Amino acid sequence: MTVSIQTADFDLSTEVAALRAADPGVGAVASFVGCVRDRNDGVGVTALELEHYPGMTEKSIDAMIDAARQRFDIRGVRVIHRVGLLKPQDQIVLVAVSSAHRGTAFQACEFLMDYLKTQAPFWKKETTPDGSRWVDARVSDDVAMARWQLPHADALMERAD
Amino acid sequence: MKVQVRYFASIREALGEGEWIEVPAGASVREVRDQLIASSPVHAIALARGKALRCALNQALCDESTVATAHAEIAFFPPVTGG
Repeated sequence: MTVSIQTADFDLSTEVAALRAADPGVGAVASFVGCVRDRNDGVGVTALELEHYPGMTEKSIDAMIDAARQRFDIRGVRVIHRVGLLKPQDQIVLVAVSSAHRGTAFQACEFLMDYLKTQAPFWKKETTPDGSRWVDARVSDDVAMARWQLPHADALMERAD
Repeated sequence: MKVQVRYFASIREALGEGEWIEVPAGASVREVRDQLIASSPVHAIALARGKALRCALNQALCDESTVATAHAEIAFFPPVTGG
């Protein structure tokens, strides 16, 4: 299993062990875990609701893994993204990449997260003391994606506005 | 031809989960959006030009010049905020 969209929590150690288990050629695993913060833009956050576009979500993550495989010499990938109601300190997302050497694993992991942040159809709505609000997309995420110079993705981000 | 329109996040809250609509054969995603904008004041606000909005055709991000086919699934949503 490569990609999971789920409400349930996940365990990093279990996922990394599974990624390495059948592959003695793995020399490095890099992983990223995203978590719910208790503040955003200076306002307290008590809960986060994650919505997604079933079907398109899986397709877009499969496409980003294909793009990572074309660009980097990686061996295995595991992506888990949670949806539904989450609380501060909950884990939201896991991206883990295995490869023969560390440089590739680090780079591919960051590439996949930048891609996911700007292309995968998830939306966060946060609950604050003033009520709930949709989280705005960050320009810094588009900038992070742009440095990988995927012409297709850049064009979509600019023209769709 | 008929196309299925779907909405997500803040657009879904304004317009519901989606609707099937009749559009001229060969309509682009831009023309579908224009037709929706003209269909009601609520649509006009939610899908207004100048708003940061993304669109997808058959579950892949697209730009608005993309031409839809019969029974296509066209989605409108705000910029994504996952991760």
